[in-house]
Amino acid sequence: MELGIFVAFALLAVASAIVVVAHRNPVYSTLSLVVTLVSTAAMFVLLGAPFIAALQILIYTGAIVVLFLFVIMLLNVRREAFAPAANQGQRWGAALAGAAFAGLLLVMLWRAYAGVPAQPLAADLVSLTGLARSLFTRYMLPFQIIGLLLLAAVTAATVLARRPDAVDFGDRGEGAGGEP
Amino acid sequence: MTAPLSWYLVLAAALFTIGAVGALTRRNGITIFLSIELMLNAANLTLVAYSRLYGEHTGQLVVFFVLAVAAAEAAVGLALFIAIYRHGRTIDVNRLNLMRW
Repeated sequence: MELGIFVAFALLAVASAIVVVAHRNPVYSTLSLVVTLVSTAAMFVLLGAPFIAALQILIYTGAIVVLFLFVIMLLNVRREAFAPAANQGQRWGAALAGAAFAGLLLVMLWRAYAGVPAQPLAADLVSLTGLARSLFTRYMLPFQIIGLLLLAAVTAATVLARRPDAVDFGDRGEGAGGEP
Repeated sequence: MTAPLSWYLVLAAALFTIGAVGALTRRNGITIFLSIELMLNAANLTLVAYSRLYGEHTGQLVVFFVLAVAAAEAAVGLALFIAIYRHGRTIDVNRLNLMRW
C-alpha cells in the first residue's frame, strides 16, 4: 500500500519536474512545479514529517509559487520571443552530462544505502512538540538569524523592485542639491 | 510494505539532476529560477530521508531553515529580475551582458 503510494507520487514528481524544465511557457512550468512540490510533500508525510509537509505546501505553493506567477504576469514573459536553441549539440551534451551525473549519484546512493533498515518510526520524530523543543533550544540562534535574513530580504526586494526614478535620497528634493 | 529509504534518495537524486540540467540549459531567467527551486526541493527530500534514517529531528529542522532561505532567495531574485527587465526589456540570460568585459 505504502509502496504503491510512493511509486505513484515518485512518478508524478519526476514527470512534472521534467515538464518544469522542458516547457517553453513559464506559466505552465510554474504550475507544474506545484505538482512536484505537492508530490514531495506526500513523500514527507510518508517519511514521518507531516509538519514539514504542511510547511512545504504553505510556504512553497502558497507563497513562493504565487510570487513567481505574479512576476511572470508583471513582466509578461509569455510574449517574450525565445530564440530557438542556439546549438543542438549543446542540448545533447547537457542531456548526456545530466544522465552521467544522475547515474553516478544513483550508484553512489545505492552502494551506500541499499538495504539499510530505517529506525522504527518513533512517536517523538513525528510529534510537533519534539520538533519545537529542539528548534527553540538547540537551534535557537539559527532561528533568530533566519528572522534577520527574512527582514533583510524583504528590505532588499523592496529597494530593488522600486522604479529608479522613484528613488529619493532626501538631499535631492526641495532644491537642496541646487544644479543637476 | 514500505518503500526502502534508498528509493527516496534515488528519487531525490533524479529530481536534483533534472533541476541541474534545467538551470544549465534554459535561457529564460524565470525557468532557471524554477529549476533552482527544484534542486532545493530535492535536497530537502534527502534531508528528511536522512532524518528518518537516523531517527533525529535535525534533518527536519534544516529543511525548515532551507524553506525560509528559499523564500528569501525567491523574493530577492524575482525583484532582481524585475529590475533587470526594467533596464533591458528582457530576462533572456544570453542577452544580459551588462557585466561582460
